[in-house]
Amino acid sequence: MSDRPDFAAIAAWIPEGASVLDLGCGDGSLMRYLKDARSVRGYGVEISDRDIVSCIANGVSVIQNDLDAGLADFEDGSFDFVILSQTLQAIRHTEPLIQEMLRVGREGIVSFPNFGYWKNRMQVLLGKMPVSSDLPYQWYNTPNVHLCTLNDFEEFCRSCCITVTARRVMTAGREVGLMPNLMGSTAVYRFQRGI
Amino acid sequence: MGNSVGIVRAERASFEEPLAFRSGAVLPRYDLVYETYGKLNSDRSNAILICHALSGHHHVAGVYADAPKSQGWWDNMVGPGKPIDTDRFFVIGMNNLGGCHGSTGPSSIDPETGRPYGSRFPVITVEDWVESQARLADHLGITRFAAVIGGSLGGMQALQWSLAYPDRVRHVLAIASAPRLTAQNIAFNDVARNAILTDPDFHGGDYYQHNVVPTRGLRLARMLGHITYLSDDAMADKFGRELKSGQYNYGYEVEFQIESYLRYQGDKFAGLFDANTYLLMTKALDYFDPANGGDLNSAFAKARADFLVISFTTDWRFSPQRSREIVRPLLHNGRRVSYAEIASAHGHDSFLMEHPHYFDVVRAYLDNVGREVSA
Repeated sequence: MSDRPDFAAIAAWIPEGASVLDLGCGDGSLMRYLKDARSVRGYGVEISDRDIVSCIANGVSVIQNDLDAGLADFEDGSFDFVILSQTLQAIRHTEPLIQEMLRVGREGIVSFPNFGYWKNRMQVLLGKMPVSSDLPYQWYNTPNVHLCTLNDFEEFCRSCCITVTARRVMTAGREVGLMPNLMGSTAVYRFQRGI
Repeated sequence: MGNSVGIVRAERASFEEPLAFRSGAVLPRYDLVYETYGKLNSDRSNAILICHALSGHHHVAGVYADAPKSQGWWDNMVGPGKPIDTDRFFVIGMNNLGGCHGSTGPSSIDPETGRPYGSRFPVITVEDWVESQARLADHLGITRFAAVIGGSLGGMQALQWSLAYPDRVRHVLAIASAPRLTAQNIAFNDVARNAILTDPDFHGGDYYQHNVVPTRGLRLARMLGHITYLSDDAMADKFGRELKSGQYNYGYEVEFQIESYLRYQGDKFAGLFDANTYLLMTKALDYFDPANGGDLNSAFAKARADFLVISFTTDWRFSPQRSREIVRPLLHNGRRVSYAEIASAHGHDSFLMEHPHYFDVVRAYLDNVGREVSA
């Protein structure tokens, strides 16, 4: 199906035929996956020229846009889900974008690499910035400006009055139950505006 | 020049059924000239219509037999193996009604008077053009286009196709275009028109009878237009402050290279183009507004096509912002739409130029269209 375990996790939350906006959609493979698995309608948003061509070739409708400039082209409540998959850590204006996600969509989904994963902690303990398949960059060329742990993200949601409605934590495609902030390499959250 | 459609020939279709214009005027009969490239498939589903911009015409690609340098205006885009691939698509270029390249226009002879229409030629709108294009499609036996494609004013025609004939077009490609002009854009057109209208040789549009041409006005109009089609940076790169003779002459003759270039462009254009057609084309641009001053979201509710909208970063005459104004009502209506903003240095003219990423975007999109129509 897909080589990205978070795709299946995301698809599991999305009902058939839902409308979806995928922010930082890359080459459109998540949208493609969701179209095939869930017959979703919607768009990807991407800034990279090369990815725009790949999305179009993939048959994914894509809008070229800088996420840090907001989502002004999209109307309030126009999507069932707004997804930010493995992009959160590269966003400059994090809180405004999360708020924009919940303006445009009824629910939000984010996935990100957990900086608190024990292998990352080990590398820091050994005196190096973490480099792994989830974090494949060196400190000097990384696009990641806002890395966080599961605890950090959940605290952020609380402070922004956002309610997390579901969470999946994975390592190498396997579900992590115990000590997720230490044992999980990737997290996927489903959330909505808090009460 | 490799992978060209090769030698092409213009065709002419005559229409005897009167065409009622939006203005209320009626044209009792008219001719449309067009060219076609590639082969229409058996179920007639692979036709693409190319709509031209202000100064364009039906000669989109290829060359004429007697003129090896007569490449069509979009020859880089249209041809075998090119983004608009004539191996897969049946591509039609036509000269718009009111034009000056063979279709009936102000310089054509009015059969009623035996003289050129001149001032009697009705003011035409984008809606009227699409109506005439639909009749050409009928004439060619095409009930539904795989795509209608246009840049600038051509993009407006492509958009209008999706509104006037939602079921006759599968895909619309609107490049460097706008859903309606802004005040600034209308203002540029008005200055251009004034240059022509105030030329003493204009004679109210009936200059043909006086055996003169309002060359000065047309030349000024083109010079102004040309400035707005280029970017500040492109002009600076190409000309900077370079002087023809290397020194100031403290007079009003041509001194800077840019002045020389603009005059050359103005002269070349004024020798080839008809001033009345220029007036008509700019007016069609100004009038186009699918929402009639209202809400574009409801105007685009009728559209059934899929869309590709493309803009260029340095285009300030039809800026990316204007293209986003096309995208927004399409998103509102849940249409399938992709939008690409191409980083290009060449301003509005970018849509006519070869640019690898721009071409990749068009190619990727039309690849899928090609699969759709051959399936």
